[in-house]
Amino acid sequence: MKQIWIARDYSKCSGCRRCEIACSLKHEGEIWPEASRIRIFMLIPGIEVPHLCVQCPDYPCVEACPTNALSINKETSAVEVDKEKCIACGKCIDACPGKIPHMHPTKKHIIICNLCNGDPECVKVCQEGRWNALWTAPRPSGSLLSIKLYARTPQEITKDLARNIYGEEFEKEVK
Amino acid sequence: MLYGYNGKFIEVDLSNEKISIEKIDEQILREYIGGRALASKILWDRLGNKWEEVDPLGPENLLLFLTGPLTGYFPGARICVSGKSPQSNGIVGSTVGGNFAMELRCAGYDGIIVSGEAKKPVYLFIKDDFIEIKDASHIWGKRGIDTIKILINETLKDLSNKWSWKGLWKDPGILYIGPAGENKSRIAAVMSKWSHAAGYGGYGGVMGSKKLKAVVVKGSNSLPPVANKEKVLSLIAEVCRVSIQEKDDWRRWGTGYGGYGVGADTSSEPIRNWQEEWHDNKSFGVDKFEERVWIKRYWGDDGCPTTCLKLSAIKDGEFKGAITDNPDYELQAYLGTNLGIFTPEGNVYVASVVDDLGLCGIQGGNVLGFAAELYQRGILTKKDLGIELEWGNPKAFAKLAEKIAYRKGIGNILAEGTYRAALKLSKRKKIDLMKYAVQSKGIAIGAHGIRSGLDYPPIIAYACSVQGGDHTSVAGLIREELWKCELSMLFADSGVVCSFNVFKLDWLWDFLEAVTGWNITKEEWYEKIAARVLAIQRALLLLGGPDIYWDPRIHDENPERFYEPLPSGPKKGKATDKEDFLKTKSEYYKTLGWDEYGIPTSETLNKLGLKDVDNVLQKIRNKIYSS
Repeated sequence: MKQIWIARDYSKCSGCRRCEIACSLKHEGEIWPEASRIRIFMLIPGIEVPHLCVQCPDYPCVEACPTNALSINKETSAVEVDKEKCIACGKCIDACPGKIPHMHPTKKHIIICNLCNGDPECVKVCQEGRWNALWTAPRPSGSLLSIKLYARTPQEITKDLARNIYGEEFEKEVK
Repeated sequence: MLYGYNGKFIEVDLSNEKISIEKIDEQILREYIGGRALASKILWDRLGNKWEEVDPLGPENLLLFLTGPLTGYFPGARICVSGKSPQSNGIVGSTVGGNFAMELRCAGYDGIIVSGEAKKPVYLFIKDDFIEIKDASHIWGKRGIDTIKILINETLKDLSNKWSWKGLWKDPGILYIGPAGENKSRIAAVMSKWSHAAGYGGYGGVMGSKKLKAVVVKGSNSLPPVANKEKVLSLIAEVCRVSIQEKDDWRRWGTGYGGYGVGADTSSEPIRNWQEEWHDNKSFGVDKFEERVWIKRYWGDDGCPTTCLKLSAIKDGEFKGAITDNPDYELQAYLGTNLGIFTPEGNVYVASVVDDLGLCGIQGGNVLGFAAELYQRGILTKKDLGIELEWGNPKAFAKLAEKIAYRKGIGNILAEGTYRAALKLSKRKKIDLMKYAVQSKGIAIGAHGIRSGLDYPPIIAYACSVQGGDHTSVAGLIREELWKCELSMLFADSGVVCSFNVFKLDWLWDFLEAVTGWNITKEEWYEKIAARVLAIQRALLLLGGPDIYWDPRIHDENPERFYEPLPSGPKKGKATDKEDFLKTKSEYYKTLGWDEYGIPTSETLNKLGLKDVDNVLQKIRNKIYSS
């Protein structure tokens, strides 16, 4: 299997959140935005930020896990969560530069995007809608560190987008 | 088991700071579905016997935020805001998009019923089972953009402080009001995101009268279970497929693409307070916005495949800093052509000011146009207005909008909406100004004229609708077409779904059955459920009070302007045909089982199981038949 990566263009996100619906249906069997592995943050209306795992080349979350509940899928490069082993300590969140992993809203385990085994549902609906905010691309093989640049918090990303879209006065508003 | 509903409603009494959870009987939900239909039931049951005395802007009014069983499932979530309308003194079901409805459903509720009046400004905060009335003195007085920024930051802080759930919290759903609502303007909207508005009805003013600045909700559960999941998912896929593949006009240009069609082809766009309905700037609705002011071409609310919203911002020049969505067709018309403004920048600027003040763009644009025509005719002067209110001057209209929102000077009268302003100013100027007021039963008419006969609203659309001038719920009986039948639009408002994603009418009933498991046929909806709701809405509209009452013999009528021949365009000379109107009106009444004045007959009401409504209407019948 070719290693894929979910590429993203925040400025094109329509804020429709169909990715959240598709993801939660796939992984939870319900329409459940808070249990979606991809989450759209709208810290300022008009600036919607799809927030999901970037599969850092150094995997700080996997490193930080005290129970080996997190592992790397060799085929897809995605982080896999072993729900049985996960003790919901949140150390992976602390270790993630983008604070991307989050706790399942009702169950005691972490949730992280696993790339749907190479065929991500979020990308399918985004592509179906031709918004093209998300698309699958080959996992960059050269400078892997560039992927890591996407592991930022929604606040950080929103600040940059706010300046770009609305101007500097909006940048200050994101706390 | 109850499918498609949480079965729980939050009840908030602001006077006594009491919060409780109410369950509504399944039978009632089945008979009234949700949203606008359920609002009519709740309002009838709780306020019906004292309706005439209830001041819509007083503590005794109820403010309802209701979803429907389809909300969140049908692509494009909306919420229905209702109560006794300060515009019509009847009931209006006013819907708005945004992420609020989805959050509320995921928090475990189908709606919120607000009563009473807070002592000081408050906002309501809901996080699943945790519900709190919070102090809002720090945001009272703030405009829309500031309000929403503060509330998002504050809520995110609150969420991470109070709940040890690990990970980042996502932003909440927020409904709020701007200064116009705070100052109890009858044309204030309940707002969501930037510039999304539940404008018809004037419920922003009702929120303001209750000193309720906002409602903030964060839900962490899934949507309630449905009866036939497989069917629901295949229907969602079907709606999305058709919307994306076959409705590219909507996707690409939003409802604004109608600006070309309506302004040029159908000669039905308001120009300078409806003095004309056609203009030379044919392409105002499409390309002038796309390349010049849109910073986002596809913007949508939860689950929406069409994303017909656009986002506009002005980054330089005299209108720098203006932000609004789209503007959609209605606002291109009402805050553009209706004010003689034909530049996208000017239009976006006025729209952004109106949004930020929390005024309804349609009601606001209508009253601004009304005032400008009075200025044009020398009836209102600079002395009256404090402004040279020239057509096409965005700054002048923005200034007047400010005066309205803060009820300053002439703004205090105009904040009452076009109808009441016309009454007051007629008295003051000692001439009849109602002929310049383009409204129906206190509600400004949507930006689709009926004179040319080429646009969608039927000839009786506004005159006979229980929602007055509402262009999204026009009176008409062509059941096969959503936009020509109030009974079908009532379904969209009750479901509660975005009717812009309804490209096949059958989807609605298919969804209803798949979600709820109830076998409610289209016929049952039309003959019983919708007919019942329409009868209640009609009865309360005719009951009216306390300041204004409608006489169906006088007020089931088009605005005078619609009988003036169109002065320009390919349909020059065309006007509404009075005979055709009267004939269609009486057919409409007859089909609904209403008498010649549009009062539901005893027989009809008994058949619908509305004996109590019949008793109340007897009073109206006596009054009309004897005079």
